[in-house]
Amino acid sequence: MLKHYNIDGQDFSIAGEASSDFKRRLKKLGISPDVIRRVAIAMYEAEINTIIHGGGGECDAEVSNDKITVTFTDHGPGIKDIDLAMQEGYSTATEQIRELGFGAGMGLPNIKNYTDDMEIETEVGKGTVVRLIVKL
Amino acid sequence: MLLSEIKDIVKAEVLTGESENDLRNIDIHNACGSDMMSDVLAFVKDQALLLTGLINAQVIRTAEMMDILAICFVRGKTPPESVIELAKDLGMVVLRTEYPMYVACGELYVKGLEGGKNAKAL
Repeated sequence: MLKHYNIDGQDFSIAGEASSDFKRRLKKLGISPDVIRRVAIAMYEAEINTIIHGGGGECDAEVSNDKITVTFTDHGPGIKDIDLAMQEGYSTATEQIRELGFGAGMGLPNIKNYTDDMEIETEVGKGTVVRLIVKL
Repeated sequence: MLLSEIKDIVKAEVLTGESENDLRNIDIHNACGSDMMSDVLAFVKDQALLLTGLINAQVIRTAEMMDILAICFVRGKTPPESVIELAKDLGMVVLRTEYPMYVACGELYVKGLEGGKNAKAL
């Protein structure tokens, strides 16, 4: 199964709709609840990041025989220091985003914790690709 | 702890329309209290309750991803109708208490409702 989602960077109220839709589809496929929860949480974190840091973008989610791969692509400012961004508690989110319940500096560490593999390709001024993989 | 007991302990009202009998059929194993959804997402919960003072749609989305069964809004906060409707669509129970976060969590904790495990334990 392959699904493509456009991630709207302007409307925070609908953030999470892609993750919600993909979670429902995984349930229909009969995938184990633990795997579904790990994918859903990691995907939701990445979706939120794509909106608040990347200004929106695209998502491709694929279920293959042995794994689930979800790739988020944005054309935002990129990540200057990935090691710093991976530290729990570090965040560049604005006060406005914090008031919405995000920007605690847990997004990327959460994605890493819940997935079997996470890849980040980023270039300052050009954007970021985050790929998360959960094995079946 | 049954959700009906939780409702009584924090003197909550039900915003999603479930009856007392419905609440007696929902067993909550642990809980967390936070206004930061990223912190909520960092902890594994099993049949959990989320207590929060945040009332936007992302509270419901976060709970959905975590398979959280019920949400209790603290400090007497009432979420917009659209947020309650989203919770109903997803089969979540939404409560509201006048208690502030610290008191609501404390009352539940001393009655035996514990916190969750760290995500790294997965």
